[in-house]
Amino acid sequence: MSNDDPLRREPTEGFDDVPGTTLFDAQRARQGYHVNQFCMSLMKAENRDEFRANEDKYLRKWPMTDEQRQAILDRNWGRMIELGGNIYYLSKLFSTDGKSFQFVAATMTGLTQEQYAQMMLNGGRPIDGNRSKSEWAKKAGAGK
Amino acid sequence: MAKIVASVNVSHVPAIGAAWDNKKSQEPYWKPVFDGFDFSKKWLAQLKPDVIILVYNDHASAFDATIIPTFALGCAAQFPPADEGWGPRPVPTVIGYPIMASHIAQSLILDEFDMTLINKMDVDHGLTVPLTLMFGQPKEWPCRIIPLPVNVIQFPPPTGNRCFNLGKAIKRAVESFPEDLRVVIFGTGGMSHQLQGQRAGLINKEWDKRFLDSLCADAEVARRIPFIEYVREAGSEGIEMVMWLISRGALEKDVREVYRFYHVPASNTALGHLILENKSFKS
Repeated sequence: MSNDDPLRREPTEGFDDVPGTTLFDAQRARQGYHVNQFCMSLMKAENRDEFRANEDKYLRKWPMTDEQRQAILDRNWGRMIELGGNIYYLSKLFSTDGKSFQFVAATMTGLTQEQYAQMMLNGGRPIDGNRSKSEWAKKAGAGK
Repeated sequence: MAKIVASVNVSHVPAIGAAWDNKKSQEPYWKPVFDGFDFSKKWLAQLKPDVIILVYNDHASAFDATIIPTFALGCAAQFPPADEGWGPRPVPTVIGYPIMASHIAQSLILDEFDMTLINKMDVDHGLTVPLTLMFGQPKEWPCRIIPLPVNVIQFPPPTGNRCFNLGKAIKRAVESFPEDLRVVIFGTGGMSHQLQGQRAGLINKEWDKRFLDSLCADAEVARRIPFIEYVREAGSEGIEMVMWLISRGALEKDVREVYRFYHVPASNTALGHLILENKSFKS
């Protein structure tokens, strides 16, 4: 998470060191409150219909930021999470779209759903090399 | 008196519920998962608990973002299955035990655990998938069930040590309830998995195994695992495993491992399952 986020103060120790992971902590929950409450509204069929009819108009009922609204309209799942969305709340949105957890997880990793599903069948993403941001930085450096 | 005699720990992957409900449990992908519970079903049917205390987490179903209770206790007479966005699961309504739940609530609060008490709540896959795995598809769930939701979604969740100590307090609460009841406690969720970010799909079999081994011993290692280690080693959603420390804390120090099952993958998740009995318990 970038440090230019005005809602982000000193993180609790270690919170920001896990690579490829956005921790849904109390600060981020505050930031994403309206995103997540919008998602909760989609648990009702009549709200899903209204949302589908005019997504932008429906989203303007929640006082979220333009950036958050755009991420939802773009179905940019990784960005929604960076802006305070939580995967369990977002599941109401991707269920409305008829998409699965596995589809959304694959999207966030940059793999196709087939590649992601195969990775899981092969035992999942290994832990070695994926523990800390410094490990990822080393990998990126080695790749140059 | 009432007595907790055993714990059932099990993942609660929603896709398992969907596979069962859509009659896919015998398909090649899912068959090994459901076969892994054949023994467990028989064991639990023989044990015949009167009450299950079911520790789980709600997944933005009954609770939205307005209020985040760390530890809650379901005191209602019944708990219907939640509509998680695609209609409620076709499973029986959970029958609670208000008198016992109220007793436990009072005991826990006086024991310095500040529970949120819930008198109306729908229960989502976090609670119903473990019941499906352990009971199949009965017309009614065969015993009373007291739900105990824990916040593991908004970080930080309660520490493993806090959870372990809550388990001990639950043991005291149950043992001070005057009815002669056999109680089993469920700890659910986990094991390693991560559903979000570029690191989604993380699985850590070695870490999961060490966690299971520690629970089978006295959990002195597992209860001291800090929050950030769960996230780093077992994935951001692997943190659900702190709930297995509540069920472990509710048992005695000496336990016997009755059954263990581990399978990768169940959708995005390492499915883990562990049954423990108090050594002092003779079934």
